[in-house]
Amino acid sequence: MKLCARIALIGEHSQSISIARRYFVVNGFDGALTMLGIIVGFYHSNPGPPNAAALTIIVSACLGAAIALGASGLSSAYISESAEQKSELQELEAAMVDDLDGSSHGLAARWGPWLVALVNGLAPLLISLFILLPLLLPEAFSLLRANVLETAIVLGLGAIFLLGVFLGRISGHFWLFSGLRTLVIAIATSGVIILCTPN
Amino acid sequence: MVLLKRLVLDILKPHSPNSLDFCATLAAAAVDMQVSCRVIAVDAKTESVEVCIEGAELHFDQIEASIRAQGASLHSIDEVEVVSLVDQNS
Repeated sequence: MKLCARIALIGEHSQSISIARRYFVVNGFDGALTMLGIIVGFYHSNPGPPNAAALTIIVSACLGAAIALGASGLSSAYISESAEQKSELQELEAAMVDDLDGSSHGLAARWGPWLVALVNGLAPLLISLFILLPLLLPEAFSLLRANVLETAIVLGLGAIFLLGVFLGRISGHFWLFSGLRTLVIAIATSGVIILCTPN
Repeated sequence: MVLLKRLVLDILKPHSPNSLDFCATLAAAAVDMQVSCRVIAVDAKTESVEVCIEGAELHFDQIEASIRAQGASLHSIDEVEVVSLVDQNS
Protein backbone atom coordinates (compact mmCIF):
# COMPACT_ATOMS: atom_id res chain seq x y z
CA MET A 1 0.00 0.00 0.00
CA LYS A 2 1.33 3.44 -0.92
CA LEU A 3 2.29 5.82 1.91
CA CYS A 4 -0.43 8.37 1.04
CA ALA A 5 -3.11 5.67 0.88
CA ARG A 6 -1.89 4.24 4.18
CA ILE A 7 -2.01 7.66 5.88
CA ALA A 8 -5.51 8.25 4.42
CA LEU A 9 -6.65 4.86 5.77
CA ILE A 10 -5.18 5.56 9.22
CA GLY A 11 -6.83 8.98 9.15
CA GLU A 12 -10.21 7.52 8.17
CA HIS A 13 -10.35 4.84 10.84
CA SER A 14 -8.80 6.77 13.73
CA GLN A 15 -9.93 10.30 12.72
CA SER A 16 -6.26 11.20 13.18
CA ILE A 17 -6.27 13.77 10.35
CA SER A 18 -8.90 15.98 12.01
CA ILE A 19 -7.29 15.51 15.44
CA ALA A 20 -3.84 16.34 14.00
CA ARG A 21 -5.25 19.45 12.28
CA ARG A 22 -6.70 20.63 15.59
CA TYR A 23 -3.42 19.92 17.40
CA PHE A 24 -1.46 21.72 14.68
CA VAL A 25 -3.35 24.95 15.38
CA VAL A 26 -3.43 24.56 19.19
CA ASN A 27 0.24 23.71 19.66
CA GLY A 28 1.38 25.89 16.74
CA PHE A 29 -0.35 28.83 18.44
CA ASP A 30 1.39 27.87 21.71
CA GLY A 31 4.77 27.88 19.96
CA ALA A 32 4.21 31.17 18.15
CA LEU A 33 2.91 32.97 21.23
CA THR A 34 5.72 31.63 23.42
CA MET A 35 8.38 32.84 20.96
CA LEU A 36 6.61 36.19 20.61
CA GLY A 37 6.45 36.52 24.41
CA ILE A 38 10.16 35.79 24.92
CA ILE A 39 11.23 38.11 22.10
CA VAL A 40 8.90 40.94 23.22
CA GLY A 41 10.25 40.53 26.76
CA PHE A 42 13.85 40.83 25.55
CA TYR A 43 12.98 43.75 23.25
CA HIS A 44 11.20 45.59 26.09
CA SER A 45 14.20 45.16 28.41
CA ASN A 46 16.60 46.46 25.76
CA PRO A 47 14.91 48.13 22.74
CA GLY A 48 18.14 48.67 20.78
CA PRO A 49 19.70 46.17 18.37
CA PRO A 50 21.16 43.27 20.41
CA ASN A 51 24.93 42.77 20.39
CA ALA A 52 26.45 39.32 19.67
CA ALA A 53 26.43 38.23 23.34
CA ALA A 54 22.81 39.29 23.86
CA LEU A 55 21.80 37.61 20.60
CA THR A 56 23.37 34.33 21.77
CA ILE A 57 21.39 34.49 25.02
CA ILE A 58 18.11 35.28 23.21
CA VAL A 59 18.63 32.51 20.60
CA SER A 60 19.55 29.97 23.32
CA ALA A 61 16.48 30.84 25.40
CA CYS A 62 14.14 30.73 22.38
CA LEU A 63 15.63 27.51 20.95
CA GLY A 64 15.43 25.86 24.37
CA ALA A 65 11.76 26.81 24.66
CA ALA A 66 11.04 25.68 21.05
CA ILE A 67 12.69 22.27 21.56
CA ALA A 68 10.91 21.80 24.90
CA LEU A 69 7.56 22.67 23.27
CA GLY A 70 8.27 20.19 20.45
CA ALA A 71 9.25 17.39 22.85
CA SER A 72 6.27 18.13 25.09
CA GLY A 73 3.87 18.13 22.11
CA LEU A 74 5.30 14.87 20.74
CA SER A 75 5.25 12.92 23.99
CA SER A 76 1.98 14.23 25.44
CA ALA A 77 0.04 13.69 22.20
CA TYR A 78 1.44 10.17 21.75
CA ILE A 79 0.65 9.10 25.32
CA SER A 80 -2.90 10.48 25.30
CA GLU A 81 -3.77 9.46 21.73
CA SER A 82 -2.39 5.89 22.01
CA ALA A 83 -4.48 5.35 25.18
CA GLU A 84 -7.54 6.79 23.44
CA GLN A 85 -7.09 4.76 20.23
CA LYS A 86 -6.41 1.56 22.17
CA SER A 87 -9.59 2.02 24.16
CA GLU A 88 -11.63 2.67 20.98
CA LEU A 89 -10.15 -0.44 19.32
CA GLN A 90 -11.04 -2.55 22.37
CA GLU A 91 -14.62 -1.24 22.26
CA LEU A 92 -14.87 -2.09 18.55
CA GLU A 93 -13.36 -5.55 19.14
CA ALA A 94 -15.97 -6.15 21.87
CA ALA A 95 -18.76 -5.15 19.44
CA MET A 96 -17.31 -7.31 16.65
CA VAL A 97 -16.48 -10.19 19.04
CA ASP A 98 -13.23 -10.52 17.09
CA ASP A 99 -9.55 -9.59 17.25
CA LEU A 100 -8.94 -6.61 14.91
CA ASP A 101 -5.17 -6.39 15.43
CA GLY A 102 -4.36 -7.49 11.86
CA SER A 103 -7.04 -5.31 10.26
CA SER A 104 -6.89 -1.72 9.02
CA HIS A 105 -8.44 -0.66 12.35
CA GLY A 106 -5.52 -2.25 14.22
CA LEU A 107 -3.09 -0.48 11.87
CA ALA A 108 -4.86 2.83 12.50
CA ALA A 109 -4.77 2.32 16.29
CA ARG A 110 -1.01 1.63 16.13
CA TRP A 111 0.06 4.41 13.72
CA GLY A 112 -2.64 7.07 14.29
CA PRO A 113 -1.10 8.26 17.59
CA TRP A 114 2.32 8.63 15.87
CA LEU A 115 0.77 10.77 13.13
CA VAL A 116 -0.94 13.03 15.68
CA ALA A 117 2.17 13.17 17.90
CA LEU A 118 4.39 14.12 14.96
CA VAL A 119 2.12 17.01 13.96
CA ASN A 120 1.70 18.10 17.59
CA GLY A 121 5.47 18.10 18.14
CA LEU A 122 6.58 19.57 14.82
CA ALA A 123 3.99 22.39 14.69
CA PRO A 124 5.40 24.48 17.59
CA LEU A 125 9.00 23.61 16.68
CA LEU A 126 8.75 24.62 13.01
CA ILE A 127 6.66 27.74 13.68
CA SER A 128 9.16 28.77 16.40
CA LEU A 129 12.08 28.25 14.01
CA PHE A 130 10.27 30.37 11.39
CA ILE A 131 9.87 33.23 13.91
CA LEU A 132 13.50 32.85 15.02
CA LEU A 133 14.86 33.08 11.45
CA PRO A 134 16.02 36.75 11.79
CA LEU A 135 17.89 35.82 15.00
CA LEU A 136 19.39 32.61 13.58
CA LEU A 137 20.42 34.24 10.28
CA PRO A 138 20.95 37.95 11.09
CA GLU A 139 23.15 38.47 7.97
CA ALA A 140 20.34 37.30 5.65
CA PHE A 141 17.99 39.90 7.18
CA SER A 142 20.56 42.71 7.28
CA LEU A 143 19.17 44.09 3.98
CA LEU A 144 15.98 45.08 5.82
CA ARG A 145 18.10 47.48 7.95
CA ALA A 146 15.82 46.75 10.92
CA ASN A 147 16.43 45.46 14.42
CA VAL A 148 16.37 41.63 14.20
CA LEU A 149 14.12 41.52 17.28
CA GLU A 150 11.58 43.78 15.55
CA THR A 151 11.73 41.60 12.42
CA ALA A 152 11.18 38.47 14.57
CA ILE A 153 8.20 40.14 16.31
CA VAL A 154 6.66 40.97 12.90
CA LEU A 155 7.21 37.34 11.77
CA GLY A 156 5.62 36.11 15.02
CA LEU A 157 2.56 38.31 14.53
CA GLY A 158 2.40 37.17 10.88
CA ALA A 159 2.56 33.49 11.88
CA ILE A 160 -0.23 33.97 14.43
CA PHE A 161 -2.35 35.83 11.85
CA LEU A 162 -1.83 32.95 9.36
CA LEU A 163 -2.85 30.38 12.00
CA GLY A 164 -6.04 32.39 12.48
CA VAL A 165 -6.63 32.44 8.71
CA PHE A 166 -6.14 28.63 8.64
CA LEU A 167 -8.67 28.25 11.49
CA GLY A 168 -11.12 30.49 9.62
CA ARG A 169 -10.82 28.38 6.47
CA ILE A 170 -11.46 25.16 8.45
CA SER A 171 -14.50 26.54 10.27
CA GLY A 172 -15.88 28.29 7.18
CA HIS A 173 -15.72 31.73 8.83
CA PHE A 174 -14.41 34.84 7.05
CA TRP A 175 -10.62 34.34 6.95
CA LEU A 176 -9.72 37.98 7.58
CA PHE A 177 -11.90 38.22 10.70
CA SER A 178 -10.47 34.95 12.03
CA GLY A 179 -6.89 36.09 11.33
CA LEU A 180 -7.46 39.49 12.94
CA ARG A 181 -8.98 37.84 16.02
CA THR A 182 -5.83 35.77 16.69
CA LEU A 183 -3.70 38.85 15.89
CA VAL A 184 -5.57 40.87 18.55
CA ILE A 185 -4.88 38.07 21.09
CA ALA A 186 -1.16 38.19 20.22
CA ILE A 187 -1.01 42.01 20.45
CA ALA A 188 -2.92 41.99 23.78
CA THR A 189 -0.52 39.33 25.14
CA SER A 190 2.45 41.45 24.03
CA GLY A 191 0.88 44.46 25.78
CA VAL A 192 0.49 42.51 29.03
CA ILE A 193 4.13 41.34 28.78
CA ILE A 194 5.31 44.94 28.30
CA LEU A 195 3.24 46.07 31.30
CA CYS A 196 4.42 43.22 33.54
CA THR A 197 8.14 43.09 32.72
CA PRO A 198 10.70 45.54 34.10
CA ASN A 199 12.35 47.92 31.66
CA MET B 1 -12.24 -28.15 -12.65
CA VAL B 2 -14.84 -26.16 -10.75
CA LEU B 3 -15.11 -22.37 -11.00
CA LEU B 4 -16.71 -20.21 -8.32
CA LYS B 5 -19.09 -17.76 -10.06
CA ARG B 6 -21.26 -16.21 -7.38
CA LEU B 7 -21.31 -15.82 -3.62
CA VAL B 8 -23.78 -14.26 -1.19
CA LEU B 9 -22.12 -13.57 2.16
CA ASP B 10 -23.48 -12.45 5.51
CA ILE B 11 -20.88 -10.08 6.97
CA LEU B 12 -20.61 -8.12 10.21
CA LYS B 13 -18.53 -4.98 9.74
CA PRO B 14 -17.68 -1.76 11.63
CA HIS B 15 -19.31 1.47 10.38
CA SER B 16 -15.93 2.49 8.96
CA PRO B 17 -15.23 1.79 6.11
CA ASN B 18 -18.73 2.55 4.80
CA SER B 19 -20.47 0.12 2.42
CA LEU B 20 -19.26 1.96 -0.67
CA ASP B 21 -15.58 1.81 0.33
CA PHE B 22 -15.98 -1.72 1.69
CA CYS B 23 -17.37 -3.02 -1.64
CA ALA B 24 -14.84 -1.04 -3.70
CA THR B 25 -11.97 -2.60 -1.71
CA LEU B 26 -13.52 -6.05 -2.11
CA ALA B 27 -13.89 -5.53 -5.86
CA ALA B 28 -10.25 -4.39 -6.07
CA ALA B 29 -9.12 -7.75 -4.66
CA ALA B 30 -9.43 -9.32 -8.13
CA VAL B 31 -10.21 -8.36 -11.73
CA ASP B 32 -13.67 -8.64 -13.29
CA MET B 33 -15.67 -8.80 -10.07
CA GLN B 34 -19.11 -7.35 -9.48
CA VAL B 35 -19.92 -6.59 -5.85
CA SER B 36 -23.26 -5.46 -4.48
CA CYS B 37 -24.17 -4.84 -0.89
CA ARG B 38 -27.36 -4.51 1.16
CA VAL B 39 -27.36 -3.28 4.74
CA ILE B 40 -29.51 -5.62 6.84
CA ALA B 41 -29.13 -4.20 10.36
CA VAL B 42 -27.32 -1.27 11.96
CA ASP B 43 -26.00 -1.35 15.53
CA ALA B 44 -24.16 1.27 17.64
CA LYS B 45 -20.71 0.31 16.35
CA THR B 46 -21.37 -2.35 13.71
CA GLU B 47 -23.64 -3.21 10.80
CA SER B 48 -24.70 -6.49 9.20
CA VAL B 49 -24.49 -6.51 5.42
CA GLU B 50 -25.38 -9.01 2.73
CA VAL B 51 -22.73 -8.92 0.04
CA CYS B 52 -23.26 -10.48 -3.37
CA ILE B 53 -20.10 -11.12 -5.41
CA GLU B 54 -20.14 -12.25 -9.02
CA GLY B 55 -17.28 -12.90 -11.41
CA ALA B 56 -15.82 -15.22 -14.02
CA GLU B 57 -13.56 -16.92 -11.48
CA LEU B 58 -13.80 -15.92 -7.83
CA HIS B 59 -11.07 -16.76 -5.33
CA PHE B 60 -12.67 -17.24 -1.94
CA ASP B 61 -9.36 -16.96 -0.02
CA GLN B 62 -8.65 -13.50 -1.49
CA ILE B 63 -12.20 -12.34 -0.74
CA GLU B 64 -12.03 -13.60 2.84
CA ALA B 65 -8.60 -11.95 3.37
CA SER B 66 -9.95 -8.63 2.05
CA ILE B 67 -12.97 -8.87 4.40
CA ARG B 68 -10.71 -9.50 7.41
CA ALA B 69 -8.24 -6.77 6.41
CA GLN B 70 -11.11 -4.27 6.55
CA GLY B 71 -11.96 -5.30 10.11
CA ALA B 72 -15.09 -7.23 9.15
CA SER B 73 -15.95 -10.86 9.88
CA LEU B 74 -17.70 -13.40 7.70
CA HIS B 75 -20.72 -14.87 9.50
CA SER B 76 -22.07 -17.23 6.87
CA ILE B 77 -21.98 -18.16 3.20
CA ASP B 78 -25.66 -17.90 2.26
CA GLU B 79 -25.56 -18.66 -1.48
CA VAL B 80 -23.00 -20.24 -3.78
CA GLU B 81 -22.95 -20.71 -7.53
CA VAL B 82 -20.23 -22.83 -9.12
CA VAL B 83 -19.76 -24.27 -12.63
CA SER B 84 -17.70 -27.23 -13.69
CA LEU B 85 -15.68 -26.98 -16.90
CA VAL B 86 -15.84 -29.67 -19.55
CA ASP B 87 -12.71 -31.82 -19.39
CA GLN B 88 -11.09 -31.55 -22.87
CA ASN B 89 -9.20 -34.86 -22.44
CA SER B 90 -12.25 -37.08 -21.82
